[in-house]
Amino acid sequence: MELLNKFLIKPLKIIYQNKVGFIGFLIVIFYVLMAVIGPLFIPLDKSPKPELMYQPPTWEHPLGTDYEGRDILSQIVHGSRDVLYVAFLAGFLTVLIATLLGSFSGFKGGKWDFLIMAVADILLTIPQFPLLSVLAAVMRLDYTFLAVLISVLSWPTLARAIRSQVLSLKERDFIEAARALDLGTRHIIFTEMMPNLMPYIAINFIFAMTGAIYTQVGLVFLGFVPFVSHNWGVMINIAWTKGAIFYKQSIYYILSPIMAIVGFQLGAILFSRSLEEIFNPRLREE
Amino acid sequence: MPSNPIDVYITNLVSIYGMSYEDAKAMAASLFSIDIDKPIHEQFIDYFSNLLQGNLGESYLSTGTPVIDMIGAFLPWTLFSVSLSLLTSFTLGIALGIISAYKRGSLIDNILTGLASVLRAVPNYLLGLLILVFLGVQWNIWPVQYMRGAYSSGITPGFNLPFIVDVFKHVLAPFLTYVLSTFGTWMLAMKASTISVLGEDYVTVAKAKGLEERRITFSYVGRNAMLPLFTTLAISLGFIFGGSTLIESVFIYRGVGLLLWRSINGRDYPVMQGVFLIITISVVVSNFLADLLYSLIDPRVRRR
Repeated sequence: MELLNKFLIKPLKIIYQNKVGFIGFLIVIFYVLMAVIGPLFIPLDKSPKPELMYQPPTWEHPLGTDYEGRDILSQIVHGSRDVLYVAFLAGFLTVLIATLLGSFSGFKGGKWDFLIMAVADILLTIPQFPLLSVLAAVMRLDYTFLAVLISVLSWPTLARAIRSQVLSLKERDFIEAARALDLGTRHIIFTEMMPNLMPYIAINFIFAMTGAIYTQVGLVFLGFVPFVSHNWGVMINIAWTKGAIFYKQSIYYILSPIMAIVGFQLGAILFSRSLEEIFNPRLREE
Repeated sequence: MPSNPIDVYITNLVSIYGMSYEDAKAMAASLFSIDIDKPIHEQFIDYFSNLLQGNLGESYLSTGTPVIDMIGAFLPWTLFSVSLSLLTSFTLGIALGIISAYKRGSLIDNILTGLASVLRAVPNYLLGLLILVFLGVQWNIWPVQYMRGAYSSGITPGFNLPFIVDVFKHVLAPFLTYVLSTFGTWMLAMKASTISVLGEDYVTVAKAKGLEERRITFSYVGRNAMLPLFTTLAISLGFIFGGSTLIESVFIYRGVGLLLWRSINGRDYPVMQGVFLIITISVVVSNFLADLLYSLIDPRVRRR
């Protein structure tokens, strides 16, 4: 019960108190539900119906139809899984790598610190998107591999922030007190330092997620990643190549996936404000 | 992972054009100016010494065109559009950041901050698509032909007025995309930084001395609040350069990003390699320039 209170009820209360963050939270939950259970309720009909081409929104097709008369809403629902999967996986891995390497680097110092930060500096100067485009050209990327590649390239920013936090925390009185009490390295890292690092980690998880969506959809839009399923990037690509700039009535087809992506990015960024408050008690308005 | 690009190229020549393996190999070797029979580290040294002489190999697709010439033709357009946009959005962001810091909590601050947050959430190429689809196709505010390419096809490039006007008309859409998608970052950073500077003692002293409000805003607050933004400038330049692949593909703007896109789609490995190298070098050089700029603006970090 106490666990439930600590990890579920209290955070929910904090989220509810910040209006902006709460809206973001609802948006993110909506997208997650759409990806997880949406496809169970809304079937995907792939058969072309030329007579229904580029229909404006109606009750039957709430977002209109595409160039072959197929329902756009069901494509959006079924396309959400891949996009969110890459976003969450890349976000999680980025934060994991950055936290491990950053805190290790700050804690150990010396040779290891120098080595890790040198790698971080080199990765920071390599433009990520062109590199991934070139890699996509020479090897076959599936979505899991893409998420791994994105996180391998995006950890340096957060790792440097965490390293400098750890460096400054190391000198604080409460850490010194913990050391004097001989509480052990594990206790110092997880109980004393972690709570101070969590706001950075939480915010950067969101940023890593939105960044991964930018990269992933961008690569699919340019046609660098093979179209293995019907996700939003593929929809934008097809809408674009099928002539979004020639047919005025095709507007709903290109607009739907764009708005789906923008909505998620916005929701995630709004939600990050609540996350900041959950993990940083100093920010809360009591 | 497929075998290396040269092998793929040779196999292609053999199977499609019916060349003998030796001829195909000789042709590939001359394209890359590398002797394929040498061990890999010697090939790398050859590549590097070619690189130092400005030789990046030749294109597959337009056979015989040196990669360095293609980059020379495409790079100026990226430099032009990106630097013009970044300069504008940086200035705009700083001005708006100061305004919303001074009037924090007011209606104008709420509108600006809200707008900046929303625009920051939209990936820049999607913003580009929206601009093209709405301004160009749906509402006919700006002719679509000015959103395709870097200049009209019938016009002679050179230093003449019609060409210059045409270039500016074509750069407008990518420019708008870059500016709208980046100014929010500058604005929000400037706002936060200005608010923290406003609490500094030297600002209170300046006010107590009865200095003019304008002078305090520009020489005391603005100048100091801008400093942290210059460190972000370098990182942001890298991001914009990297993202130019997407923006330039949307508007078919003749920059290195479009060249990269074309070379990847055509599996034109020498061009791909060359463009990627140039983009990376541009990022490193702009990091360096940002550092120089920083010491120019902040006398405290200058070496005595």
